[in-house]
Amino acid sequence: MRHRSLIAVTAALAAGALTLTACGSRDDKGGNDAGGGDTTVVIGVDAPLTGDLSALGLGIRNSVDLAVRQANEKKYVKGVTFKIEALDDQAQASSGQQNATKLTANKDVLGVVGPLNSSVSESMQKVFDDAKLVQISPANTSPSLSQGPKWATGEKVRTYKSYFRTATTDAIQGPFAAQYLFNKAGKKKVFIIDDKKTYGAGLAGTFKAEFTKLGGAVAGEGHIDPESKDFSAIVTQVKSSGADVVYYGGEYPAAGPLSKQIKASGTTIPLVGGDGIYDKKFVELAGEGAVGDLSTSVGAPVESLPSAKEFVANYEKAGFKEPFAAYGGYSYDSAWAIIEGIKAVVDGNGGKLPTDARAKVLGAVQSVSFEGVTGKVSFDEFGDATNKQLTVYKVEGGDWKSVESGTFGG
Amino acid sequence: MHELPQQLVNGLLLGSMYGLVAIGYTMVYGIVQLINFAHGEIFMTGGFGALTVWMMLPSGSTMWVALPLMLIGAVFVATTIAVAAERFAYRPLRNAPRLAPLITAIGLSIALQQAVWAWYPGATSSLVFPEIPGGPFHLGSITIQTGDIFLLIAAPISMAFLGFFVKKTRTGRGMQATAQDPDTAKLMGVNTDRIITTAFALGAVFAAVGAVAYGLKYGEVNFKMGFLLGLKAFTAAVLGGIGNIYGAMVGGLVLGLAETLTTVYVAEIPGLEQLGGQSWGNTWAFVLLILVLLFRPQGLLGQRVADRV
Repeated sequence: MRHRSLIAVTAALAAGALTLTACGSRDDKGGNDAGGGDTTVVIGVDAPLTGDLSALGLGIRNSVDLAVRQANEKKYVKGVTFKIEALDDQAQASSGQQNATKLTANKDVLGVVGPLNSSVSESMQKVFDDAKLVQISPANTSPSLSQGPKWATGEKVRTYKSYFRTATTDAIQGPFAAQYLFNKAGKKKVFIIDDKKTYGAGLAGTFKAEFTKLGGAVAGEGHIDPESKDFSAIVTQVKSSGADVVYYGGEYPAAGPLSKQIKASGTTIPLVGGDGIYDKKFVELAGEGAVGDLSTSVGAPVESLPSAKEFVANYEKAGFKEPFAAYGGYSYDSAWAIIEGIKAVVDGNGGKLPTDARAKVLGAVQSVSFEGVTGKVSFDEFGDATNKQLTVYKVEGGDWKSVESGTFGG
Repeated sequence: MHELPQQLVNGLLLGSMYGLVAIGYTMVYGIVQLINFAHGEIFMTGGFGALTVWMMLPSGSTMWVALPLMLIGAVFVATTIAVAAERFAYRPLRNAPRLAPLITAIGLSIALQQAVWAWYPGATSSLVFPEIPGGPFHLGSITIQTGDIFLLIAAPISMAFLGFFVKKTRTGRGMQATAQDPDTAKLMGVNTDRIITTAFALGAVFAAVGAVAYGLKYGEVNFKMGFLLGLKAFTAAVLGGIGNIYGAMVGGLVLGLAETLTTVYVAEIPGLEQLGGQSWGNTWAFVLLILVLLFRPQGLLGQRVADRV
């Protein structure tokens, strides 16, 4: 009986996942209001459009949609009309892989923006690479995605030629946070917590290495299950450890309640995290105690760059229901990198798409270089963004306020 | 080890919440031998019911006024859904093979999650739940939050009320009779349909109280909150002896304590550093369940019921 009900649960979960995928594809939106082109090119989007991380995922989808609409309006690539196909990965690796397969099967897809999660990307990379389909993630920060599993020991190998990203890696983000906390904020004793996911554990690892190298002490380490919201056990450990700061590797759905519970236990030490907690929802979930919590995020604040003001204005004009969130600017730039790549290919082929368009676009994206909303967009030999700027943000007055931007020196 | 008292309190609080939800599993199982997998979602809808009431109140209402109204809202929503589920999803399958209602329950669980996700405004991500201002309170080395106080008071009161209801009232005795032998109970003039509906409704009431406690304690509700918690509460019910209402509470407390203590202290045993932390805490909780079931297949407080499972 128990065994049978287990099977039943598994079957039901599988059915549930399928239902959710179906929900996601209902959200498909085509940016096809311009028309007039002979060829239709689809830019795929894969992000969590539902669930806890949907605030970030919907921002990604909308920003790509905006890029596509503008390219169509300007008739940026002659004879080509762009469309998007947005799929929901629920932040699950299995859904991500199904979506990748679906996108590669559609011959009109010449590039994909996404996903949000590093763990999802791991399941998609090979599918895209086999199809020579260019993939640009606006948000993946795990270094091994581009530099191979042994990047930490200096043995950097690019596993997938089709993988690019506009986001900065944890190899830079973690140490950047460590240097800020140790040198500028004067924190010497840290309690490190992560959620055991690719992103969270990786970020916590790079942070720890740099913090101890600088001479800081690690008061304790722990792992939480982000699906549970009861963190009382670890909060009690944090309190009695005497740490003066908590570093959390993970995302805001768990980080918000974690910060709240730490403050509620009677300590006032700040929680610090990476770009995964840099979302307004974190401030809402963490409540009043969150004032003073810090996060680092890739790039300069989108609103501060002159090139970005136009993006923000256009985004508002387009009337999207959801805000562009943490990765809007990077998603917009990712989409434009694909569009620029396609333009180079079409222009080099007498105004038509060649038969092996995917492979050609892949080569063209490797050498794009243009001014995007987050700064200069171009990729190095691993497919990583050459723009390595980061910003520290602090919770103040119910939202994140930028404290300082900088480039990580190594 | 100096933080042990606080960790014990943490475990007991978590366990009380499991216990409140476990009652619903155990009562329904005791009477109709159905594992109501949708119970976790009934718990979740209770949380959203309370939040809806809070949203409708004028802003600036004090918690002293709001909390009772939110409780009523939570109980109303949860019982309505539970009773409707029983009437329209389970009753038509009362005499069907046992797997049919089980699968119905799983389907209902997914349907309820998705319904809240799709139709409750903003429920695609976590929603902020109001807090009780004040606190925290210190008792020696122990810190207790205002949100925990509600749970500390509500759990024992609910338990005492349930014990009284089942033992002393006519409906309660009808429930016991139906649990022992539904056919004979019917012959003796017990309206078994009504009794079964009551069991579902009562379970939902406790789940709703648990959901309000969840919201106050963690400051948020989300459409997935019933899944993991429902699974744990079901585990607690089995651990305590499914069908036994006191067993549900005891099972909840044991499970909560086991989870909290293994999360913290397993990592301190030399050689087991890798096996600490919250994800492993869940694993250890199930190891405990298996051990208990090996030596006491009927659960901690369960009675041997022949050929029922």
